[in-house]
Amino acid sequence: MIRELHNKLINREITATQLARDYFDAIEKKDSEIGAYLTLTKKLAMEQAEFVDEKIAKGQEIGLLEGIPCAIKDNICIDGVRTTAASEILDNYIAPYDATVIRKLKEQGVVFLGKTNMDQFAMGSSTESSAYKKTKNPVDIERVPGGSSGGSAAAVAGEMAVWSLGTDTGGSIRQPASFCGTVGLKPTYGRVSRSGAIAMASSLDQIGPIANTVEDAAIVLSAIAGEDPLDATSAKSSDKKYEDYLTGDVAGKVIGVPKEYVESLEGEIKNVFEKSLEKFKALGATIETISLPHSEYALAIYYILMTSEVSSNLAKFDGIKFGMRFEDDVDSKTQENGLPKKLLETYLDTRKIGFGDEVKRRIMLGTYALSAGYYDAYYLKAQKVRALIRQDFEKAFEKVDFIFSPTTPEVAFKFGEKTQDPLKMYLSDIYTITANLAGVPAISFPIGAVETDGKNLSVGGQLMGKWFDEEGILNMAHTFEIN
Amino acid sequence: MLSREEILHIATLARIGVSEEDVEKYQHDLSEILDYFKKLDELDVAEVEPIGHITGMQNRFRSDAYEDFGSIGKEQILKNAPEVKEGYIKVKSVL
Repeated sequence: MIRELHNKLINREITATQLARDYFDAIEKKDSEIGAYLTLTKKLAMEQAEFVDEKIAKGQEIGLLEGIPCAIKDNICIDGVRTTAASEILDNYIAPYDATVIRKLKEQGVVFLGKTNMDQFAMGSSTESSAYKKTKNPVDIERVPGGSSGGSAAAVAGEMAVWSLGTDTGGSIRQPASFCGTVGLKPTYGRVSRSGAIAMASSLDQIGPIANTVEDAAIVLSAIAGEDPLDATSAKSSDKKYEDYLTGDVAGKVIGVPKEYVESLEGEIKNVFEKSLEKFKALGATIETISLPHSEYALAIYYILMTSEVSSNLAKFDGIKFGMRFEDDVDSKTQENGLPKKLLETYLDTRKIGFGDEVKRRIMLGTYALSAGYYDAYYLKAQKVRALIRQDFEKAFEKVDFIFSPTTPEVAFKFGEKTQDPLKMYLSDIYTITANLAGVPAISFPIGAVETDGKNLSVGGQLMGKWFDEEGILNMAHTFEIN
Repeated sequence: MLSREEILHIATLARIGVSEEDVEKYQHDLSEILDYFKKLDELDVAEVEPIGHITGMQNRFRSDAYEDFGSIGKEQILKNAPEVKEGYIKVKSVL
């Protein structure tokens, strides 16, 4: 879709300003129902679009993403734009700088339509934990769009953005992409700089694209990938143009299907998945059953590592340095040695009122796991089990090129279905979290649909690849998509 | 099940104010999840090296130099602070 629009721009069939206006019209018409956006950046978008039009008028060459309108998850900073992470505590926060991915996209002339709704601080799997509003799934508005990047997926599925950026700590790009019938890519840990993304769990977080097609996702990845001195965990740049690797040829590739993931699959999703295996075979790939024996421990260690890192990363929201301050004048009757009472009260009140329930639950759990005497039993043990999970992947990749499964064990669920039971909500991440734990790249793409309540609910397939083999999974998914 | 005192202790460490209701809710929710973590007891990991950086990246150094940005961005940064005085972020009285 990006290439198509790019050709229209350079053939002067449409201008960048008209394109941006069309998208703002679509947002105005549809978003009161869908609720994908939290903030629109119309002025910024029109300025960027005009700049691109001037270049085209002067006969200058433009890049593939230049003048193409996109949406950004509201936990990624754009200079001068409100950035809330869908929380109350950052309700009035105006980012004073650009995230590295935003800087890169600005340099490439991208048009930013606005900031999208999400689970508060990216904690959730349905976007229901946003402090502001619910986002509905454009495929069926009775259902959640998934999360945490629910707004970013809904904006693309609802044709209110050509593509979007999300963040993925345990599946937050892939699961909503799957629920909304779009493509979502979580790059290898380190492939894309996180500088300027509001950190959730730093050993797991990655930024990546949500798009209509695999090629679009590849184009965006080429634009945002690369080493960054502002993110010390970022890997050496590959300078690859990922869109150039989409050959449409997968003959001879070996796809591993983990028995631990699929043995419990049931009903329609199982049928859709089995059909997709047949399709890969028809395209010349080989399917092998493999084992990732430590998968059953993934969810437990994910929740130890993630909540521990959350408790540390969110300590900076204290009602002093930035964001909101809340004070309730009620004595908490709490004392802390060496900490002045007034300051302690400000911390307690601000964080009590400024954070939502799920955020506080995770901070509490992580604080417990990291508290004196428990570090060895929880965090350290989890990092050791994580090494075993990485070993599972290393062994699997000696035999197969890719690992394939459904993205989620079920299709998009209805509002309120899982909000009362945190563990049940956490289980919707069961297939996606291992890619974050092992650090490998993973893509979700539509492999079929299941008819429920008269709606065709999308089923996503997830391909995981070897470390830094984004081009491999992109080509596999692309080949599936075009055939 | 975590005790009332344990929850209050964690809440203070986490700097999160809690009501009586919250305490009961956390006792239930946290205990349930901690029970789920017990699954890890099945594994013997005494000989396993823990993960540092998942793709094995080692320490990366940069020169210990600073850049003086003057007043660039100062206003934008201070605008986000709840309380500002004479160009500084104001902290609650500590005495």
